[in-house]
Amino acid sequence: MLSCQSASRLVSQSLDRPLHWQEKLALRFHLAICRHCRRFVKQLNQLQSAVKTMMQRTEADASIMLKPEAKARIMHIIQQHH
Amino acid sequence: MTSTAHDWLNAHGDYLYRFALARLRDAHLAEDAVQETFLAAIKNPNFAAQSSPRTWLTGILKHKIIDTMRKGQREVVASDLMNEDDANMDEFFDATGHWAEKPVAWNIPSDALEQKQFFGILQGCLDKLPKKLAALFLMRDVHETDNEEICKEMQITATNA
Ligand SMILES: [Zn+2]
Repeated sequence: MLSCQSASRLVSQSLDRPLHWQEKLALRFHLAICRHCRRFVKQLNQLQSAVKTMMQRTEADASIMLKPEAKARIMHIIQQHH
Repeated sequence: MTSTAHDWLNAHGDYLYRFALARLRDAHLAEDAVQETFLAAIKNPNFAAQSSPRTWLTGILKHKIIDTMRKGQREVVASDLMNEDDANMDEFFDATGHWAEKPVAWNIPSDALEQKQFFGILQGCLDKLPKKLAALFLMRDVHETDNEEICKEMQITATNA
């Protein structure tokens, strides 16, 4: 039986890598009986989609621009490497 | 070639900067990543042949962002003396591996995503998360790990919570 600590670790690792079938099975079993870890998974998913929305907003926000100094610096570097 | 690079900087520089800023959340690091991207681009022999420069540049930028995040994590590891490679959440648990403080239900209003304030709070939350865990969120589309299957499973499980 997984501890909540091990279960939560598997959950966050699943964001990073595919889990082995043994891990998936153990996790599923734990989640089936543990309300707290189910809530953790749910909140992680909510956080994930909020972060995604936030990133999309930043990407679409035309008022955010490369600073003129930074642009000039990059222009300069491009010239030097020509 | 220089003029092409200049044109690209004018046409795509701001977008690339926003893309980097959205993930690195630091203006300086984002500027550096864009700079590194253009440097790598002009050195690349395929430079002139790009039919879709924005996509191509974004691809390079993704690698630069990953490099930057890895560097940042090494610093964190060194300073916090963490030897765990994964997101370290140990402080959330007691000695027996049970939640020290059980996750409490969130009451997120359905229009939260419409509110500017919400994103300010979210920024604060991300800063408090273990660095690796926050990085995982911010890097998901950059890494493109094939774990949709698990996510689906999680989602299904999550709806039962
Ligand atoms: Zn649990």
